[in-house]
Amino acid sequence: MAPDSTIDVRNLNAYYGSNHALKDINMTIKKNRVTAIIGPSGCGKSTLIRCFNRMNDFIDNFRLEGEILINGVNIYRANPVELRKRVGMVFQKPNPFPKSIYENIAYGPRIHGVRDKSRLDSIVEESLKEASLWEEVSHRLNDNALSLSGGQQQRLCIARALAVDPEIILFDEPCSALDPLATVKIEDLITELKKSYTVVIVTHNMQQAARVSDYTAFLYLGELIEYDTTKKLFEKPDRELTENYITGRFG
Amino acid sequence: MKKGLTNRQLKGRVFELVCLGSMMAALAVLTVLLWDVWTDGHAWLDLQFLDSFPSRFPEKAGIKSAIWGTFWLMIMTALISVPLGVGAAIYLQEYARKTTLTRIIETNISNLAGVPSIVYGILGLALFVRAMDLERSLISGALTMSLLILPIIIISSQEAILAVPSSIREASYAIGATKWQTIRYHVLPDALPGILTGNILALSRAIGETAPLIMIGALTFIAFTPSSPRDPFTVLPIQIFNWISRPQEEFHFLAAAGIVVLLVFLLTMNAAAILLRNRYQKNLKW
Repeated sequence: MAPDSTIDVRNLNAYYGSNHALKDINMTIKKNRVTAIIGPSGCGKSTLIRCFNRMNDFIDNFRLEGEILINGVNIYRANPVELRKRVGMVFQKPNPFPKSIYENIAYGPRIHGVRDKSRLDSIVEESLKEASLWEEVSHRLNDNALSLSGGQQQRLCIARALAVDPEIILFDEPCSALDPLATVKIEDLITELKKSYTVVIVTHNMQQAARVSDYTAFLYLGELIEYDTTKKLFEKPDRELTENYITGRFG
Repeated sequence: MKKGLTNRQLKGRVFELVCLGSMMAALAVLTVLLWDVWTDGHAWLDLQFLDSFPSRFPEKAGIKSAIWGTFWLMIMTALISVPLGVGAAIYLQEYARKTTLTRIIETNISNLAGVPSIVYGILGLALFVRAMDLERSLISGALTMSLLILPIIIISSQEAILAVPSSIREASYAIGATKWQTIRYHVLPDALPGILTGNILALSRAIGETAPLIMIGALTFIAFTPSSPRDPFTVLPIQIFNWISRPQEEFHFLAAAGIVVLLVFLLTMNAAAILLRNRYQKNLKW
């Protein structure tokens, strides 16, 4: 395993019942880089990203073969609760808890044992600053999170993920429910985040992948068709299928 | 063309009137019923009536033992059925894998909710009164009532838990919460208003039940208030039933007064359920 890699996927096969959703995936995701996963609907990109923090465990008929190593440790042999603390996730639709802005952020550190009020206060402030939301909400931390706009809610969800100090952050189509302005803010944020975190983003928006990512993986019908630097994949793809997809001939 | 339009509009109007009629009919029956009970009973409704034990002299008779019997029966039924029912609902909704077996169990819980209450009475008589030798006591009554309303509590709690969006659970798991933390801090608090409403409505069904308690032998003539779970007891519906079945007219008025008291109990519980729901629903919109 190369020293700069974080996630190492080896011969990964995933099934929902008899549906073979991911076919023999091999890829290495680099540390402190943004890796985008693109592909048409149903290609398995969400399934793949949800393997990285074992969110698929909650699906009754889900089955997985092969290995995913994070920092050399097979995550399917590790404790999923511990794993999810290290691998945060931001979902398609903003899903803040129906509680105050403060409580949304403080929940994570608190369940991991932080009890000290001033420590919690500073985690909340740092996380909100990191998610560039602090200036908009610092005067109303006790307001219900659901009173925020969609874009603010999504940044709150990012701050919530950051509050437990993860190494990797997974974004599962984070902008698909947002307007273009809110999308720009999230994209800027992702670019900022890769300085401290490894970022994986699933997106159906190819321009977004081109804008924010360093590496791009193209999935089609459960197979990893091409995986390369974003520049190479978008400008000179090796495979015709990739070219057809990124030029909009299908998808 | 024009004619067709008026015809269609006419149909819509007729349907609206039919629906209005159905609503009015239901309302009218209820009004007549309440009015009839009130005119018969209100003259007998005083403190003496609430604070006296049953008697063969109508002017001395009251519902003290029935009120306390109903009160303690409800408390004990709630203490038994709510933890069991909510626990079962949490297990079925959050822990159990969705297999054929859980589907069979869930279907049968729905079926149990439809079993006539007298059947629960027979079960209570055989199981609690006889086999477990708890005799004709409050505890037998409470256990029987718990059996009766458990299916309703389980189903309504399950629905309340199901109404918590799965995105909230995902959000919690994704930051490394355990299943217990997710249930404790998110699922239960968010489902609580719904669970409470369902439980109160289930208990308000139990408060009016007579048949199963007659089966397990809740007595009518009890001239004391129960002081332990092993004491015999009576409840409002049984007292009312007893007075109604007597020939003297005065007892019928007493029964009407008893019904008014029972209805006040019922309406209070239902109002509490509605208030709880409204109070919590305000800050819960996804």
